[in-house]
Amino acid sequence: MKYYLDFEKPLQEIELRIEDLRRLSSGKEPSANSEIKKLERKARDMRQEIFSSLTPWQSTLVARHPERPYTLDYINMMAQDFIELHGDRRFADDPSIVGGFASIGPHSVLVVGHQKGRGVKERIGRNFGQPHPEGYRKALRLMKLAERFGKPVITLIDTPGAYPGLGAEERGQAEAIAANLMETSSLRTPVISVIIGEGGSGGAIAIGIADKLMMLEHSVYSVISPEGCAAILWKRDGAEIGPGEYAQAADSLKMTAQDLLSAKIIDEIIPEPLGGAHREPESAARALQDALLKSIEELSAKTPSKLVEDRYRRLRKIGGFIVPRKEP
Amino acid sequence: MAWFKKDKRSSKKVKIPEGLWVKCEGCKEIVYRKEIERNLRVCPKCNYHFRINAWERISLLADEGSFEEADADITSADPLRFKDSVPYKDRLRSNEEKCGLKEAAIAGTASIGGYRASLLIMDFSFMGGSMGSAVGEKIFRAAERAMEQKIPFITVSSSGGARMQEGIFSLMQMARVSAAIGRLKNNHAIPYISILADPTFGGVTASFAMLGDVIIAEPRSLIGFAGPRVIEQTIKQQLPDNFQRAEFLLEHGLIDMVVHRKEMKTVLTRLLGHLIVPNEI
Repeated sequence: MKYYLDFEKPLQEIELRIEDLRRLSSGKEPSANSEIKKLERKARDMRQEIFSSLTPWQSTLVARHPERPYTLDYINMMAQDFIELHGDRRFADDPSIVGGFASIGPHSVLVVGHQKGRGVKERIGRNFGQPHPEGYRKALRLMKLAERFGKPVITLIDTPGAYPGLGAEERGQAEAIAANLMETSSLRTPVISVIIGEGGSGGAIAIGIADKLMMLEHSVYSVISPEGCAAILWKRDGAEIGPGEYAQAADSLKMTAQDLLSAKIIDEIIPEPLGGAHREPESAARALQDALLKSIEELSAKTPSKLVEDRYRRLRKIGGFIVPRKEP
Repeated sequence: MAWFKKDKRSSKKVKIPEGLWVKCEGCKEIVYRKEIERNLRVCPKCNYHFRINAWERISLLADEGSFEEADADITSADPLRFKDSVPYKDRLRSNEEKCGLKEAAIAGTASIGGYRASLLIMDFSFMGGSMGSAVGEKIFRAAERAMEQKIPFITVSSSGGARMQEGIFSLMQMARVSAAIGRLKNNHAIPYISILADPTFGGVTASFAMLGDVIIAEPRSLIGFAGPRVIEQTIKQQLPDNFQRAEFLLEHGLIDMVVHRKEMKTVLTRLLGHLIVPNEI
């Protein structure tokens, strides 16, 4: 049984009818076949209509879709010879961040990414993709390893945020994130980051300083979730908040791929198959692979010093503030 | 401009609640206001450190008359054109009027016990000390100033974290300021000392504040990544009494020292004495 989001409900009806017709006719009845074709066309048009004008809140829901491909899915589809490496060598292995060496096309690379789980047991096991400090420390250890051996680093971002827990605080969640930001900003090897789903604040950027930053078409990236933002703005005096407020917050936060491209925070949007990456994971993975291959080749031409210098300049020039011109 | 002129102007704006007596938030005792003020705004009964504003902090740390402000006019461009119950621009304006500051941090240079240093002091009273693009830029420039002039870099944090109203631009400040500190550490024997005051959270803790070569906190300050209420709701357990207090962080190896406000300048001066490399500075 497929999972449908609320705004996909009209699509669900048509797709269920197509399935029914297929089952009943088992491809033998010409009349049914033409009806199926008609319905498929209709479904495609509807998908086009719905997905070409998603609101930021709807994008957020697509970004969190339970059937959306996760880091390991993409690795399995687009890379060969993935060898997963574990542990931060200090405290534990955090399963909400995975990483290891893999081959993408002709390139041997290091891939690190958040990993959400599928199904109740795995979701809990991977803490819903919310890392502890160990996850960030593992990521940094692996990126440093890649630096030593001159491997490009690819990070895939998909997290609601860093885990807000007792142990996480005791073991220095803030320090772990800060150290990653500081160290990756001067990593002497190409770093390419792609937001594949949810880019949740500090937990996302901790593996997101890159020479090239891209987003899948329906992913989101923000300093706070729409729910968190809405709670701060409107949850006063015990007022109830819901999807209406979340949608309003999502609008205000300018968190879609298109918004971030316009703000020049990201370099590129990777198009998703019609209806979202979860509908055709293979073709989403191909688009991701193409974008990565192109970026690896571009960046491999630069010397490590040039990479570090350009990465610093890139961060330096992010705007958002006003400096009045000095009077002569 | 001499800093004491600014101080005069700004101290007028310091919000002091009416009345001769204050209830201490630490011991809940009623304390004579004058006595607290004489005591660097520390409760004489329980040593509770009241929050102080950025100018008070500067007068506490800098040698008299030595502070020179820099980048005073950097303000937010409101890159999201953010609006909730009031437009963000209006919120900035009303905070400016309330605090006598243009943003949630003051930057500049000063002497501390005779050592010249680049300072960045946050002010919690301005929008919860939150870090948006203007604050981020001031930190970035203050770190670069330390590198250019080969002087130590000292920050005092007091912040709820990244500023929501600037969305992704605020998040990017975490990356920017961390990159600047990375550059300082990679290329120079310039000390970076981070002082944490009550409260320091979120994107500030998870960037420059926890990257100090030496990290010092004021007693009992609340310091963490996630806020205690969020954690309590997430784990559905009661948190230990001293959770996220400076002493808790010290116990867990996350900071170097807990230092009383009245000792802070002395400790800083002693540290600088050890860390300043004569050839580098």
